[in-house]
Amino acid sequence: MTAGEATRAEVCVVACAEAWRGDGAILASPMGLIPGLGARLARLTFAPDLLLADGEAYLEDAGGLIEGWLPYRSVFTLVAAGRRHVMMGAAQLDRYGNQNISCIGDWARPKAQLLGVRGAPGNTVNHPVSYWVPRHSRRVFVEAVDMVCGIGYDRAAGLPPGAARFHELRLVVTNLAVLDFRGPGHAMRLRSVHPGVTAAEVVAATGFPLAVPDRVPVTRSPTPRELALIRGRLDPEGRREQELA
Amino acid sequence: MSADDVAGELRSGMTVGIGGWGSRRKPMALVRAILRSPVTGLTVVSYGGPDVGLLVAAGRVRRVVCGFVTLDSIPLEPHFRLGRQAGTIELTELDEGMLHWGLLAAAHRLPFLPIRAGLGSDVPRVNPDLRTVRSPYADGEELIAMPALRLDVAMVHLNRADPLGNGQYLGPDPYFDDLFCQAAERSFLSCERIVPAAELLAAGPVQSLLISRALVDGVVEAPGGAHFTSCVPDYGRDEAFQAEYVASAASPQAWQRFRDAYLSGDETAYQAAVGRFRAARAAPA
Repeated sequence: MTAGEATRAEVCVVACAEAWRGDGAILASPMGLIPGLGARLARLTFAPDLLLADGEAYLEDAGGLIEGWLPYRSVFTLVAAGRRHVMMGAAQLDRYGNQNISCIGDWARPKAQLLGVRGAPGNTVNHPVSYWVPRHSRRVFVEAVDMVCGIGYDRAAGLPPGAARFHELRLVVTNLAVLDFRGPGHAMRLRSVHPGVTAAEVVAATGFPLAVPDRVPVTRSPTPRELALIRGRLDPEGRREQELA
Repeated sequence: MSADDVAGELRSGMTVGIGGWGSRRKPMALVRAILRSPVTGLTVVSYGGPDVGLLVAAGRVRRVVCGFVTLDSIPLEPHFRLGRQAGTIELTELDEGMLHWGLLAAAHRLPFLPIRAGLGSDVPRVNPDLRTVRSPYADGEELIAMPALRLDVAMVHLNRADPLGNGQYLGPDPYFDDLFCQAAERSFLSCERIVPAAELLAAGPVQSLLISRALVDGVVEAPGGAHFTSCVPDYGRDEAFQAEYVASAASPQAWQRFRDAYLSGDETAYQAAVGRFRAARAAPA
């Protein structure tokens, strides 16, 4: 492939990177390979102050050198202090951004036990949260999730005054599109479609009515410098393509 | 003392906190000793990994208190899943930060600690006893009142300890092992090697002395005692063996074969069986 011809995975990396634009010196916590590439790309380009962990207990700078210690106990404090922006996965996600990673079916006796709520309840009431969905489908984008782990805008609005003041769902990046919560009443809205995808395809793959503006932009393509960084430095083995396979 | 001595201190129905995180530095030799004991009906509090999975698979658990159970490199813990899907275990499902706060409350002898995590989520729905508390100050903010998670017994595995139970971690993350011990009535510590106190500071800085003997009721020397979870820098996770463990959840027959191969004898027999597993994989086909 020639420069300028970005693959879908590369478009997704850049779309994920955009989630952290303007975040400053906070911890970026990407869950998944493509969000991880996105966060590191953001730091190498337009968000140089981002902090990133190595997956164990160290903060690593852009050159791969240890620049700090971040055991789990400190992560919890960063979460509570709001100095973090996580991009989580979602087994289910509804139109107001309620997210489920715990289990499918009745909680008391689930059809499929998944991870558990993990830190999603605390993340969503404390700091910005985005989501990454590598396979955009009606199985994921559902009318109602089975177990609310990360809380959506309707749940946040139902809390006592002030309790949701740190709640902010930023972006949902999928293999088809970028979405946000700027629809009516903070409902999910189609923000852009990736090159080669139509709005109708995204609507068809979404299990609830999606807010679609009259004119839907196309997700921006990587710049030549971004492509060079992704291919040459961040993911020379091309693992990004497997996450969408 | 020995791992079996620790298991002998447990009684059925106790609440046991287990240190480590996911598939990292879990006191697996102590867990295996529980499997050799008659203890059952446990409430297990854990940042869960194969400690939870093994105890569930062996039918020793009444209730799990956790925010997740995972094998890290393999996201879903298969035996925990089977237990949940078969309805054989009860679950207290909490946000990770709530679990931390519950242990901290217990360590500080407080009835609860306020926390924002959990508000608006289904965690209160599935924990109907959970209450909120209103700030008595001008803000009047309403928060979750996370109740203390008091433990009868804590079990942790560290890299080194002296004979009195001063415990040292040499890896990058202490996890919450000190807090588990502080939240418990009694604590038992296993370690890779018991060394004279003077050797501890030769191995790492004073900040690596995570656990004081004042918290510890028994020390067990258990080389490979975290296997197959990681115990860096002594050893990393045994990914091949972890995959073998995952395969044991495929059917009751597979679980029986795994038990027969690895869990039918004592810890020495376990380590020998693991050695044979490794040798068989290393041998040319």
